[in-house]
Amino acid sequence: MNRPSLLWKLYIAAFYVFLFAPLLVVAIFAFNASPFPSPPWRGFTLEWFTGTGAVFGKPGVLMDPIWLTSIGNSLKVAVPVALLAVLIGTVNAWVLERAEFRGKTLLAMMMLWPLVIPGVVLGISILAFFSRVANGLEEWLQRDLDFLRPGLSLVVLGQLSFILTISTLIIAARLRKFDRSLEEAALDLGASRARVLRTVTLPFLKPALIGAGLVALLMSFENFNTTLMLVGSDAPLPITMYGQMREGATPAINAVSLFLMLAVGGIASLFALTSKAEV
Amino acid sequence: MKSAQRLTLYLLLAPAILWLGLLIVLPHVEILILSFSERVAPRVYAYGAGNYLEFFTEPLYWRTFARTAIMSIFVTAITLVLAFPIALYIARVAQGRTKAMLLLLCLLPFWVSELVRTLGWMMLLRETGVVSYLLRAMGLADQPVELLYNDGAVILGLVYGGLLFMIVPLANALESLEPSVVEAGFDLGGSRWTVLRRIVIPHAMPGIVAGSIIVFMLTVGNFATPVLLGGKNGLWFTEQIYAQFITRFNWPQGAAFGMLLLLLSSIIVWAGLRLTRQSLGTTLRQA
Amino acid sequence: MAPSTDLDIVNVTKRFGSHAAVDDVTFSVAPGEFFSILGPSGCGKTTLMRMIAGFEHPSSGDIRIRGKSMIGVPANRRPVNMVFQSLALFPMMSVGENVAYGLTCRGVNRADAEERANRVLERVGLKGFGERRVTALSGGQRQRVAIARCLVLEPTLVLLDEPLGALDLKLREHMKIELKQLQGTFNTTFAYITHDQSEALVMSDRIAVMNQGRFEQVGSPRELYHNPTTPFVASFVGETNRWQGETVGETAGTTSVRLPSGAVLQGRGTASQPTALAFVRPEAIALAQGEVGLGGLPNRFEGRVSAVLFDGANSSLLITTPGFEEPIRAVLPQAGPLAGIEVGAPVHLGWAADAMKVFAA
Repeated sequence: MNRPSLLWKLYIAAFYVFLFAPLLVVAIFAFNASPFPSPPWRGFTLEWFTGTGAVFGKPGVLMDPIWLTSIGNSLKVAVPVALLAVLIGTVNAWVLERAEFRGKTLLAMMMLWPLVIPGVVLGISILAFFSRVANGLEEWLQRDLDFLRPGLSLVVLGQLSFILTISTLIIAARLRKFDRSLEEAALDLGASRARVLRTVTLPFLKPALIGAGLVALLMSFENFNTTLMLVGSDAPLPITMYGQMREGATPAINAVSLFLMLAVGGIASLFALTSKAEV
Repeated sequence: MKSAQRLTLYLLLAPAILWLGLLIVLPHVEILILSFSERVAPRVYAYGAGNYLEFFTEPLYWRTFARTAIMSIFVTAITLVLAFPIALYIARVAQGRTKAMLLLLCLLPFWVSELVRTLGWMMLLRETGVVSYLLRAMGLADQPVELLYNDGAVILGLVYGGLLFMIVPLANALESLEPSVVEAGFDLGGSRWTVLRRIVIPHAMPGIVAGSIIVFMLTVGNFATPVLLGGKNGLWFTEQIYAQFITRFNWPQGAAFGMLLLLLSSIIVWAGLRLTRQSLGTTLRQA
Repeated sequence: MAPSTDLDIVNVTKRFGSHAAVDDVTFSVAPGEFFSILGPSGCGKTTLMRMIAGFEHPSSGDIRIRGKSMIGVPANRRPVNMVFQSLALFPMMSVGENVAYGLTCRGVNRADAEERANRVLERVGLKGFGERRVTALSGGQRQRVAIARCLVLEPTLVLLDEPLGALDLKLREHMKIELKQLQGTFNTTFAYITHDQSEALVMSDRIAVMNQGRFEQVGSPRELYHNPTTPFVASFVGETNRWQGETVGETAGTTSVRLPSGAVLQGRGTASQPTALAFVRPEAIALAQGEVGLGGLPNRFEGRVSAVLFDGANSSLLITTPGFEEPIRAVLPQAGPLAGIEVGAPVHLGWAADAMKVFAA
């Protein structure tokens, strides 16, 4: 078993080619001087990144308001999602690891539940529920409650519904490894409860907090299924990409994708670094 | 002292209760209720199982549902077969840096958006795409070949999307197999095939179940891949839900479809766990 | 007038449900004393220590430090500091930051705290270690950092919760001596808990032997070893031979105990009940080749060596002796006529009445 056969090695090689082929194609054709994202190769250009549209009739990503607003919308969703995921995830982790109460096992199981619900179902259920709430409240208050209607705020809620599970799990796993005598030692040396939290517990959790935040940021930025059901007129990036892919896009979409890949690579290496820094 | 502790506990519990209550439990109660309401006249609804009856009487609906379920099982099986040699290599053959490298290379593509990956496959497979171009350039085809918009493309895209979620749990499970156990298997006269079948695969069973459950869930719930790679022939059940909710604005019908999808997904997860007597928690943690 | 004790435990009881982990314990520790609480695991010694540190609260009784009651005073306001079993060094801080932690909590400014930390580090033999990461230290160095972290605060009392437990044997022996010396140079009161009798005997001025939530006996190491007042102390502290029998007579301070086999032993102690326990230390058993060599010892027997347990200075012999159900343990003679004695050799053995402690069972 320790001597892999040639066939096996060839299979492994083929597998990795298969794995990276689509990504490579996307990246390469971002630089093709052609109005269509397809072969043949017509020469190198940066037009699809910075072009104004003078050459191919369509502007590059950084000049196109459609792409720029989409990226902006995605950030408007991803940043609050990441912050809330870390904040609430920390509280949840605390409840799971530190608190004692009846029904804790049930709660722990409930927290895992969102992971087995298809994203589309999460999306429609939140859409339907909040529409009912909005209808009821509007009738009662005689005011429009737009943030409960399809739109970015609802997308934030929809994404949180399952990203919270992930962030809770990441932070709870780290908290479980914490040696409680460190807290007692700090108290014993005269620190107040708040100081213990600030100087001992949170620094210990820091890698997990950063990790959970980055994962939440990424998952939010890339979520499609749940987001699709909850968007209003402001489309985040994946929704715009989906629309363009159905209609047939310019290589600008390849340029956007390349940015996404670079961002992922950057975040992944950040993540690797923080997890390596763990004590 | 006691009541202060109680208060702290309630404060700490509040976010979890709000999250699970407002974003999970109540919304699901809402679509359950919604799925049992029928439009009897414009803006007038009554309770009834009509939406579910509609599902069984309209062939397009239940056929799409059955097609989604069967193709998902098929995709899961292919993913398992393709992933097993990779996981085995990563867990048991590769050492040190190569091992870390191979695993990282597996992870990277899956951190990239599903849509970017699908875009890549579209660019490879479509009539004007890279594969078609290369086939013509090599003289293997004399006119453009359309490889997109068929079941093969859909399965390819779905398998690609599921691979990582199969490899990681498999590799984790295989990792824990004692090398001496494998050696003992050979020592006692087992062939490669016997050792694989009698020792390695049974040991990897928790990983196989975990990976299969996750891949199945992701596949059944997928939307973008079948729609974009299958085009009009994609016919995925999530698309029906989307159509009812967003295009036709028939929420009760869409809610019924949503409940059916949830039911399908839950039954498969539950059956998988029952068959191998594993708990959801440990399974998810493996992934 | 300054109180003459650093720590007073007065009738302290701690109940968990119906179980009393600490049951009506009273004792005092004098300034500068090295006081140990010795007991098997689960005897309540950790609970007692955690009550002194302020992590547990007594169900009843009082804990006073320098005469001031600590009831209701939270852990972070007590003038005691603890060296934890796991040491609990903060892994996210450097050695210097660990030692300065308590000072910065008190509001000492950074520069002063650092300087004082460095001074203490120097005194514990870790000069120039301030910048190191705690994870980069050896076991013994970590130990010293944990102690320095307490001593820098000049506490009234330092609590040590089996801090040597995780060290290997050689280092443990070394740290015993080092701890004792540190305590001497800083002249701080130490309260030390352990299940290891050798640690307690070597380092302590006084030891309390604890069993099932109660103190069995408090005394100097020598007192405990030579004059145990309860059967538990007699068997828990040090090696000993232990026999059960029946009291058959008590004359002029000598108690006679008859073993089930009929053999009668002479010892000291009062046995108020018919069943008695008799204890004799291995080193109190005299060995000779012939009966003459044992002179006028009241307890004299003849046996055969059944095993030689060689362990350097702690070597012993097991001697199968008619009349005793189990072999008698004696110290292996490594000089004189019996040096080099082998398994199977016949040997005469005996002990004085003073060497045998008799207790009611």
